[in-house]
Formats: sequence, C-alpha cells, structure tokens
Amino acid sequence: MKRCFLGIDIGSVSSNFVAVDESLNVIDKIYLRTQGQPINVIKKGLSLIKNSLVDYKVSGVATTGSGRELASLVVGADTVKNEITAHAVAALKCCPDVRTVLEIGGQDSKIIILKDKIVYDFAMNTVCAAGTGSFLDRQAARLGIPIEEFGSYAVKSKNPVRIAGRCAVFAESDMIHKQQTGQCLEDIICGLCQALVRNYLNNIAKGKTLEEPIIFQGGVAANIGIVAAFEKELNAKLIVPEHYDVMGALGAAIISKGQYEKKGYTSFAGFDIINYSYSTKSFQCENCPNCCEVIELCSEGEVSARWGDRCGMHSQVRKKIDQAI
Amino acid sequence: MKVTFPHMGNIYVLVKTLFDELGIEYVIPPMCNKRTLEIGAKYAPEMACLPLKINIGNFIQAMEQGADTIVITGGCGPCRFGYYAEMHREILRDLGYDIEIIALELNDKGIKELLEKMKKLFGGKIASSAIPLYRALKALIQMDKLEALSYVVRAREKEKGATDRIIDEFHKKIKSVYGCKNIVKLIEDTKLMLLRLPLDSGHKPLRIGLVGEIYTLVEPFTNLGIDRLLGNMGVEVNRSLYLSEWIIEHIIKGGLKIRKKQLFQTEAEPYLKTPIGGHAQETLGHSVIYAKQHYDGIIQIYPLTCMPEIVADSILPQIRKDFNIPVMTLIVDEMTGEAGYMTRIDAFVDMLLRKNMTKEKASEALFFRN
Repeated sequence: MKRCFLGIDIGSVSSNFVAVDESLNVIDKIYLRTQGQPINVIKKGLSLIKNSLVDYKVSGVATTGSGRELASLVVGADTVKNEITAHAVAALKCCPDVRTVLEIGGQDSKIIILKDKIVYDFAMNTVCAAGTGSFLDRQAARLGIPIEEFGSYAVKSKNPVRIAGRCAVFAESDMIHKQQTGQCLEDIICGLCQALVRNYLNNIAKGKTLEEPIIFQGGVAANIGIVAAFEKELNAKLIVPEHYDVMGALGAAIISKGQYEKKGYTSFAGFDIINYSYSTKSFQCENCPNCCEVIELCSEGEVSARWGDRCGMHSQVRKKIDQAI
Repeated sequence: MKVTFPHMGNIYVLVKTLFDELGIEYVIPPMCNKRTLEIGAKYAPEMACLPLKINIGNFIQAMEQGADTIVITGGCGPCRFGYYAEMHREILRDLGYDIEIIALELNDKGIKELLEKMKKLFGGKIASSAIPLYRALKALIQMDKLEALSYVVRAREKEKGATDRIIDEFHKKIKSVYGCKNIVKLIEDTKLMLLRLPLDSGHKPLRIGLVGEIYTLVEPFTNLGIDRLLGNMGVEVNRSLYLSEWIIEHIIKGGLKIRKKQLFQTEAEPYLKTPIGGHAQETLGHSVIYAKQHYDGIIQIYPLTCMPEIVADSILPQIRKDFNIPVMTLIVDEMTGEAGYMTRIDAFVDMLLRKNMTKEKASEALFFRN
C-alpha cells in the first residue's frame, strides 16, 4: 500500500484538508467552511478525503491554523505547526525561488519574506481586519453579489472610486456613501479591492522590501480584482499557485512527511474517529486569580483532554491519558 | 494607615521588604490577573496606556482588602507615566473612594516636598529609613539576579517545567516570609535550587534579547509570560531592563544628578541622539548591543499607544538592516488575543532556528522542534 500524508488547516473561515503522496503530489484536497464548528468540519473533511485514499495508508498527519491544537487532539496529529511556517513550506514547494509570500485568509493576513529558501521576516495583521477575506465576504453579501464573482466586477471598472480602507467599519460607511451618490457597482467594487490592497501594504508590509518572485495565496487569491490591484500597486506580476486556497494544509502535509521520515510511525487516530462523538465545554477555573478559561474535550463521553490553563493543573489530564496509552 | 502599591514585576519584593523592616502595615494587591485588568479597563480612559489600567485595578483590588493609602512613584516628563499619580487620584475620587495617594516624585518644588512625603509615609523617621531602604533595594537586586538566572536555567533544564515550579513556589512562599534577612535567605535558597537542577549540556539554545517599554517587559501578566514561553521552547532570553537597575539609575543616580552616560546611550546615538521619554533610547541601544553580541533575534514589546516605543519601533528596521538581525514587535493591551500572540512567537522561533542551521539541517529544524 502506498503511503500518504495528511495536512489539516483549521482556519477561522475555511478548513482545508490536503493529502499528498510520497513525492509530495497532491492526491486530493478539500475546502470547507468552518462556520465556527471545528470538530464537525474535521469529521466531515476526513470522511470526504477518505474516499480518495482507499489505496493509501495514512503515515503522517499535521495540523495548522487557529484551530490546530483542537484538531491535533481529535485526529492524533504528529505535528502541530503555526500558519507562518506551514505557508512558507508550501510556497517553497510551489516556487523554490520565492522571495515574498502574500497570504490573505479569512480573519488574518500575513506577509512572509524569504531569503535563500529561509524565512527571513514575517508579519501578521494586528488590530484590524479591514485587509482580510471576511471583510470582502461581508461587503459582497451586502451588495448582493456572490463572492466568487466579486473580482470579475472589479476588473470591469473604468474609474474606480477611492474608498477609505483604514477600518472595516469606516470602509463600509464610505462605500454606502459612494452608493448613495450614484457611483456604479463595478467602480465601487474595484475601489474596495484597491482599498484592501492599500491597507494590506500600509499595515502588514510596512517597512519591508517586496522582491520578486511574489506568490499570492489564501482564499482571497481567487479574487481577480485583488490580484489586479496588487499588481498595479506593486508593479510586479503575482504568482497564484494551483492550490492557492489550501496552501496551509499543503504545507502541513509536507511537514508531516518530514516528521514521518524522522519518527518512523504516526499517531494518527484513524478514520474511525468520524463516527466518534466529540463534545467540548469550557469552564472558568476559580483556583487562582488568573481565572483561566479551561476547555475540555470529551470523546465518547469521557474527558480526553483539557487545555487553556496557565498553571497546567487541568491540562495534566492529557498527560495521564498519554501515559496510560 | 494600611499602604498599598501597584504591581510591576518584582517590585513587590522591594516594597514588602521595606515595609517589613519599617513596621508599616501594608496590603500586597492580588497578583495581576484578568479581573485586575477588567476593573482597570472599565474605569480608566480607553486611550490610556495599559499600565495605568492595571494600576487602577491593583488599587481597587487592594482596597477591597482594606488598604487606605496608595504609594506610587512619578516624575515629570518621562512619558505619560508622569501624569499617573494625578490620573489615579482623579479616577479614584470620581469613583467615590476615600483614599490617600502619596506620590514619591521629584517635581519643581524640589527635594523638600519629596522628603515631606517620605516623612508622612515613614512616620517621621526619614534618617532611620535609609538602612531599610538600602536593604530592600538589595533584596530586589538579588531577586532580579534570580530571575536572570532562571532564564539561563529554563532554556537548558532536563526536566521540562522544573524551573517554573521552583519560581512559582518562591512567589507563593515569599508572602509568608517577613523581613529582609528572611526574604534574602529565601531568594538564596531558591537560587541554589535552580543551580542544582540537572541541565542538558548538549543543548545550544537560541538567544533572544527582549527590549521595549519597561512595564510590559517586567510584568509577566502583560506580556503573557513571554520569558517563560520562550524559555520552555528552549530559548535563552535576556531582558534588557530590570527594575533594580532602573531604580538605581533613574531614581537614585538621577535624583542625585550623578548619572553617567551608559553603553546603551552611546550605541543608540547613531539612531536616536536625544532621550525622547520612556525607554526609546534603551530599546534602540540595547538592540544594537544584542546585535553586536550575536544574539539570534530581538523581540520588542510595548503597550498600545506608547509614544516613545512607537518612535523606536519605526527606527528598528534600520538596526535590523545594519546588523542583519531579526526583530519582531509585539504590542499588547487589554484586547491582546492569546492565539495570535502565540502564533507569532512560535513562528519567530521557527524562523530563528532555521536561520541558525546549515542548509541541510534547516529543513529538519523546521519540522521537528516539537
């Protein structure tokens, strides 16, 4: 049986699953909306990707994204990696000479600068979500346009309007104002794309030199309006890789292969977990003034892990279970 | 009179020692926690910086335990900190608290007013408070040394979490130990325990220098215990600012006007010639020093809206370029999300590990830190 490696990226807006074979070719990829239910989406993702892996044996699993800790406990991941590293690994795989990675996801956006195939600098958005996918999502919904068609409207624009993109709330009111004055839809959408790009470059990319080749990945890379706005602003060509929407998961899958080569076995819990019932609950620990919010994961009614405490008195449950195994 | 004071890292060790020696009744506010910040954020102006908010929380929590007098330091012009005493007074008065605030600061009225205030606090015995003050400062110096030692040990400990356990135990014990002699003994004992921990001698840790605004550097609650986080990843941290140093340099030497030019000032000069308040010059100067000592990376931490650090933040890219050293900036306030914060630290360490290795080994480092 051939080996395959799974990468799982549980993000705020989307959750992605990628399986690669031993030569790191993508066997299958699944893109799902998280909708605030990480456990359900993990089960759904696994049950979907399982079908294309009948000839394969899963030899490694890695998780990334904001839900990486939870996901790692549910699936029994070998490695838990931060998104920056995962995205950089995937970008290097697609374009070994890459110097700049622009990544715009649902709730966060990042920039990664590489030198000699090594991450040299990076930044993530901090206090503002105006430069992210969920902002576009919301505006598309408000204008009654499917997000998939958003970009094609933008590129039709002849005279894009200037929209204040500093903050998502103000951008929205500015956009409404422009609508009220009778500007056409295409120009407003194009203006929005440019505002998002400006916001991204002024905040996240501030003080960094963006050198080519530049890769643009993350869900927003599907938006041709944004791509065009970036290319205009940077005066450079962007590379949108084939698997742009699942790059985090692809990076994780590559990392899990490396881990397998080192470790020689996997702690993957198997596809049976699809049928298990999982539940989480949280409580506030009253033991000290830190008042940590402790989260408890139960599988089949039994506590299998707890986390979120600073002192470790609750998370030790997990260690005990590990020892028992 | 039941005196209380704001928390700021280990400052409570100094105040406790001093008040024990002088026989002044005091209340140590509960260690900074979420509730402290909630209270502070509720009553302080939204745009005020994080330390002010936590101070207010400290005071209200201490008053719940019976404190009726607050002692704080102040000063003219280092940054917004200069207005803290007055802000505290106004905010607490508006809230209807009947509390006295003694602000130990050198203002335009000169040393006389300061002595008056000290007289009030120490019950008239200024001359005889000199020795306890000296002893308390000594205890703080020891405490800071202990903390610096813990950074070296934590990065190399064989049993993960051993250093944390010893330090936690220390902070628990010190509350029921009284007087300079006993406190110093407890510090010494803790130091010995740290020194006896088995270390992994083969581990060559990454070295990261921490720079930035002093309060967020020394108060673990505000920086989410970054020194521990990094230490437990096997990274040796070095903090550029310690309270004892700050007290000796700014308050004592500064007050007596015998302060000499320090190394960090010389090193900062090509980037920022004059002090602009806060710790901007320290941040830049120490970054250059770390770079020259071949540290692997630098992390700058400051509270949102901290003006001097914003200036330093915008100059740091030049230092980064000149010395080719990675620099990351973390800005904290009551809205800081833990997840994003951790991701950044995790990614920064990944980046340094990879940079540090030869090319073949680099990919390994990337995959196998866990």
